[in-house]
Amino acid sequence: MVTHTQLDPLTLSERVRRHVVTMVYEAQSGHIGGSLSATDIMSVLYTRIMRVDPQRPDWPDRDRFILSKGHCTPVQYATLAEMGYIPVEELRTFRKKGTRLQGHSVLGKPPGVENSAGALGMGLSFGLGIALGRDFRGQDFHVYVLMGDGEQNEGQVWEAAMAVANYNLDRIVAIIDRNHIQNDDFTANQMAIDPIDEKYRAFGWTVRSGIDGHDLRAVEEALTWARDHRGGPACVVFETVKGKGVSIFENNPGFHGAAPNADQYALAMRELGAEG
Amino acid sequence: MTMTAPASAATREALGPTLIRLVQQGVDIAVVDADLGKSTTAQKFRAEHPERFFELGAAEQNMMSVAAGLSTMGFTVFASTFAVFAEHAFDQLRMSIAQPNLNVKVVVSHGGVSVGEDGASAQSVEDIALFSSLLNFRVLVPADLAETVACLETAARTPGPFMIRTGRSKVSAIYPDSSHFEVGKAHQLRAGSAVTIIAIGLMVERALAAATTLASEGIEARVLNMASVRPLDTEALEAAARETGAIVVAEEHLVHSGLGAMCAQHLAMRQPVPMEFVGVPNRYGESGTSDELLEIMGLTPEGIVEATKRVLARKA
Repeated sequence: MVTHTQLDPLTLSERVRRHVVTMVYEAQSGHIGGSLSATDIMSVLYTRIMRVDPQRPDWPDRDRFILSKGHCTPVQYATLAEMGYIPVEELRTFRKKGTRLQGHSVLGKPPGVENSAGALGMGLSFGLGIALGRDFRGQDFHVYVLMGDGEQNEGQVWEAAMAVANYNLDRIVAIIDRNHIQNDDFTANQMAIDPIDEKYRAFGWTVRSGIDGHDLRAVEEALTWARDHRGGPACVVFETVKGKGVSIFENNPGFHGAAPNADQYALAMRELGAEG
Repeated sequence: MTMTAPASAATREALGPTLIRLVQQGVDIAVVDADLGKSTTAQKFRAEHPERFFELGAAEQNMMSVAAGLSTMGFTVFASTFAVFAEHAFDQLRMSIAQPNLNVKVVVSHGGVSVGEDGASAQSVEDIALFSSLLNFRVLVPADLAETVACLETAARTPGPFMIRTGRSKVSAIYPDSSHFEVGKAHQLRAGSAVTIIAIGLMVERALAAATTLASEGIEARVLNMASVRPLDTEALEAAARETGAIVVAEEHLVHSGLGAMCAQHLAMRQPVPMEFVGVPNRYGESGTSDELLEIMGLTPEGIVEATKRVLARKA
């Protein structure tokens, strides 16, 4: 059994938010909004839910975290760094020439990144493949797949949702970051995806929805439920705020994939409690 | 059209039995399927090893990404469907399999126009181009059943992505067994110095028939089976250009984007010689029997003979 990090989710979230904003500012590109909406979910996953060992990223029985919304690498890299997978200083190489930290996920770069992503919709399928292999091997670990809400537009998500339920797998958890904004606009203006929870139920999943994705206790409670659920797949739909934590980013479709300027960066870091 | 050897078997028939044998030999195989296992013969594997077989329904995109995930659990994963339906999952092949260089073997059956009656939508004439455009994929187009077995066995024992194209219609046995095959190596089936005919898939036996006709007219054609499309045997290709001075490429694929185009690109850099291309011209197919479709597209021994005479007229 692997001991969890000494970090508590609140501390991790605070640090990760500052990293996310700094990484995207310094790269002058990257996806702030969907990283900040998922930060608290990620922090709880890595500090309270998943069995992982940053010193042994290839440990065969580790829980798998699959980032299906592969544009949100800032929150993934920052979380991995704070967890000890990579040096925190490496975050400054994000999106720069020669880096391991590409704009979108690349399997194995750095260790701890379990899948390649960027084109949306493939993560749940990839996680299903891992879970099928796990059960054949008789191993016991969890597969957590983090998807966006705009990502639910992708047909492959529903192919995978159907197939996971077909195999009645448990210990595979679909996590949806319902931040209500996708690339071009609010999700409501792009595609009628509601009700997401009822769709997953109709596909054969057990679902918890309407959970505040920034209430760390509520996040932990929901993910603990999902982790312990047996007899079929579990899905948690978290209500989140795109750009959470920075007033000018929050609920602003302009900060899906745009970088802040110097003034915006300074304001953001003040709001995120950065020293100096 | 005259066929010199008796029809024997469709190359698609190799899949199930070969995979069963590979498991017996200790290869840690998993098979994913998208509701075409009867036709691809993957269902034969399911009957023997249901625990290693994962049916995913008619959902090829999901199947390819599931295959990728399974491979990270240490399996040698075979994913099979019809060639046209593999095309349906191009981005999954690219991002889930090719970019991370995962151990997935994609066996696409019913390649080319010889699928016949189902018509244009079922006739894959662009699959070789699509798979060849993906880095890390080895692309194999075997000529007969024995060579298909060899391709499957080689793919199973070689890490990384492979595409193997098989056919629906029966083809003659060209090889007595599977011992000749090697990735990246052409196989010379006939010696000759006047011209070289390079062929893949069911065009190999047609190339041999064309060479027989040409020989009766005093033209000795070298015949190369280029079953390993990627990596290409550039050594054999350059030698053919150097030693015979003219090349005809014959394939059941759109002529502008398949093996012929790849051979021409290489030779343009290293050893340019007159070339002709026998392939699907600038059009989609239609309904008809396998032989009728091949006739319509000019994929016949006669078509190869005519192309050979055209290229010889241009040879210095």
